[in-house]
Amino acid sequence: MEMKHASLEIVVPLGPVDAIPLGQGCTYVVDGCPIAVFRQRDGQLFATKNACPHRGGPLADGIIGGGKVICPLHGRQFDLKTGASVDGDYAVQTYPVRVEGGEIILTLA
Amino acid sequence: MDGRTRLVVIGNGMAGTKVVQEILSRDRERFHVVMFGSEPYGNYDRTLLSDVLTGSKDAKQIFLNSLDWYRDHNITLHAGMPATAIDRDNKIVRGGGIEESYDTLIIATGSRALVPPVKALEKIGVFVFRTLDDCQTIEAYARGCRRAAVMGGGLLGLEAARGLLSLGLQVTVVEMMPWLMAQQLDAEGGALLQRSMEQMGVQTLLGKTVTRALGGKRLTGLEFQDGTTLDTDMVVMSCGIRPNAELAERFGLAVDRGIVVNDRMQTSDPDIYAVGECAQHRGKLYGLVAPLYDQARVLAEHLTGVLSNGGYQGSRSITKLKVMGIQLVSMGDTIPSDPQDEVVSYVEPSRGVYKKMIIRNNRLAGATLLGETDTAGVLTQMFLLNAELPDRRADLLFGTSTGAPILSVFDLPDHAQICHCHGVTKGQIKEAIEFGKCRSVSQIGASTRAGTSCGGCKKLLEQFLEVYAGEVALDPAEHWYVPSLPMTRPELVAAIKAKGIKSVSALFRELNGGREEPSHKAALASLLKTIWAGEYEDERDARFINDRVHANIQKDGTFSVVPRIYGGVTSPAELRRIADVAERYQVPAIKLTGGQRIALAGVRKEQLPHVWKDLGMASGHAYTKAVRSCKTCVGSLFCRFGLGDSIALGIKIEKRFHGIETPHKMKLAAVGCPRNCAESTVKDLGAVAIEGGWQVYVGGGAGTRVRAADLLCTVKTHEEVLTYMGRFIQYYREHGKYMERAYGLVERVGIDELRELLVKDVEGIGARLDAEIERAVEARTDPWAEADAPVYPAQFGGPVLVELKR
Repeated sequence: MEMKHASLEIVVPLGPVDAIPLGQGCTYVVDGCPIAVFRQRDGQLFATKNACPHRGGPLADGIIGGGKVICPLHGRQFDLKTGASVDGDYAVQTYPVRVEGGEIILTLA
Repeated sequence: MDGRTRLVVIGNGMAGTKVVQEILSRDRERFHVVMFGSEPYGNYDRTLLSDVLTGSKDAKQIFLNSLDWYRDHNITLHAGMPATAIDRDNKIVRGGGIEESYDTLIIATGSRALVPPVKALEKIGVFVFRTLDDCQTIEAYARGCRRAAVMGGGLLGLEAARGLLSLGLQVTVVEMMPWLMAQQLDAEGGALLQRSMEQMGVQTLLGKTVTRALGGKRLTGLEFQDGTTLDTDMVVMSCGIRPNAELAERFGLAVDRGIVVNDRMQTSDPDIYAVGECAQHRGKLYGLVAPLYDQARVLAEHLTGVLSNGGYQGSRSITKLKVMGIQLVSMGDTIPSDPQDEVVSYVEPSRGVYKKMIIRNNRLAGATLLGETDTAGVLTQMFLLNAELPDRRADLLFGTSTGAPILSVFDLPDHAQICHCHGVTKGQIKEAIEFGKCRSVSQIGASTRAGTSCGGCKKLLEQFLEVYAGEVALDPAEHWYVPSLPMTRPELVAAIKAKGIKSVSALFRELNGGREEPSHKAALASLLKTIWAGEYEDERDARFINDRVHANIQKDGTFSVVPRIYGGVTSPAELRRIADVAERYQVPAIKLTGGQRIALAGVRKEQLPHVWKDLGMASGHAYTKAVRSCKTCVGSLFCRFGLGDSIALGIKIEKRFHGIETPHKMKLAAVGCPRNCAESTVKDLGAVAIEGGWQVYVGGGAGTRVRAADLLCTVKTHEEVLTYMGRFIQYYREHGKYMERAYGLVERVGIDELRELLVKDVEGIGARLDAEIERAVEARTDPWAEADAPVYPAQFGGPVLVELKR
């Protein structure tokens, strides 16, 4: 199973990690799909769809920290690892993301 | 041997551990306890498995008892070690090479998922949903899937469906019956629930029996009895449960569908007992938590020699659907069974609300609350106690019009169960309040677990506190500046000053062990800035987006720009410039604001610096927690009633205080006579001209709350107005809680106290407040100047476009 899907993965370089201010998020529109990439102060990177499942709020503009993001529109909170909302109401799509040689590498399944 | 009775429990699930807990709470000394558990863990709350599947809870969070608990109570736990034999003649249980002798044996082996007779079902991609391991296997497999089917539209099936949906899959629920949750709902309720599930994105196929699984080794779809098929990458079975009674049967105990027990939970062997989902009592099997807890209590009473109420009488079942976004509580009968039955129902299809009661002999035989479950707590008590119902049936579905409780907590007997999630009775709660000195709902929760799961009983817990403690104490956390740090504002300020903490990240590092809590960043930033002013280390990630880009975020992610127009007085040139900018940037909307300013709405983030520069005006601060605009009437300049020059005063006020940060936004006004055209008496801060002088009003509001302002003082000159307004603003900056409006502070401190402090200056703080506000005025810069010098490169960056190479 892993093998089969490994071949379907699309790996997308997004440019230098420094482009994202420490502790904030940025929006990347990958092939028309807006994706938020977050750079936590401890260096961890996370990526989610840039639309809160509640009312489509731009999560990239939210406040982050402790592995969570708060939607700037109505304050819904999401776990950046799983995408699950902290109160259990909604979940946002997450994507694997990493840094290689100072560059952000996003993986789309 | 220590001479204690040897109690062996087979099964380390919710039933097995509950019995042990109940026994220990009655008599810690009597038994030496040994437990066998087939899962390699401590013991967890199975009702929360769907939360683990959705990821809203971590597996760690659903454990009821850690391994320490077993150690602390000297319980021998053989985890990951199913018992395989019961030697009844020699009274020995065997499993995995271990032998444990018993005087008393309890079987609590629970149940497993029922697997229906479907052809070719043994495929990769077919799962049951029953244990923590199942949960983790499903989650791992789902990552490689797009579509999932759930077989079974009952409680657990719907919870599993919601879990799969949140993993990003397209989910279809397949149910044999013509509607969902057929055991707990009638056709109408089932149809409404179906609509709610579908709105959530879960498809449903009703009246369908699965006959065959499709695909080779790996599942690709399901075939139904009518010949139709469904393509799916995985299937989760949730068609019901089957008691794990094989072990008991193999070793000669009476077994029907489950292990047969009497009212003392005794099997056909008097030294062996059974509880929970493996047990069959008076012909009934139970698959819910509450009955299992009832059984555990009865058994514990029996084994410790204090059996009350003649043993287990069977349970009345109450079901609560734990799918977020859908509220459903169902109890007892769903349809009338006697011609005398009274049926009361209410349907509101547009909101998905459905409420129904079946009333027999003036007692509740059944009830369904879907979409709105406010009265579930009362109905549950009425149902469980089989209590006589009040005459006004509507109150039971909607609450009384006066808000008075329908059922007084006084009326409940001590054994009435209040928290159905954790099986906590009124007696236990009373004890926690009277002897445990619990003074808040959360303290009761910490001591008894009541109210910590679904929270449905919290209102009742508050009533108990009022009755037995005479008051509901505030949680100490309510006095903390932010909930993650156990410190009041003065304590926190002292700690910050002592350690010289000047940034939010340093604060988390120094005072919170490095753990960041995003919801408190803005509050802490505001506090630090008030303490250090110019010395504060500004970290932009601690600011709300409005304060990062100095504009107000709108529902579509664009921003509104409101330039500063002092006192609401503008000029033809300024108006022309605003109009030009609106045209140049094709601003979708121009709106006069509630504060007498002009808003350009619908500006994209990357346009902001250009719009500001072309406007050539200062920021109107219409986005931040700061002093905003000062509304004015035309006053003595034009108005025939005008007593004072409100325009001149308004401009002075705004020029002095605009943009000064405060715990929440501050709205101001200055009016030229008591007719109050610019509404000074419903502003956070206002001035009203009277014959020969000005009144200064504080603590008004006309937004979330409507509150008439209080008169702080009456003075003669504009300068005096500015002085007292400044004192009030600075006092609010120092004493307001983050996000507390000025009226909150005025009510909390009291207007008399404020007059003493700010006007009479009884404590001599006036001069210091005057100096502090002066310092804040001097430290102020125009945030829109960042148009020319962004603080960091991405500050006004739009989305980065990335093309995929194909």
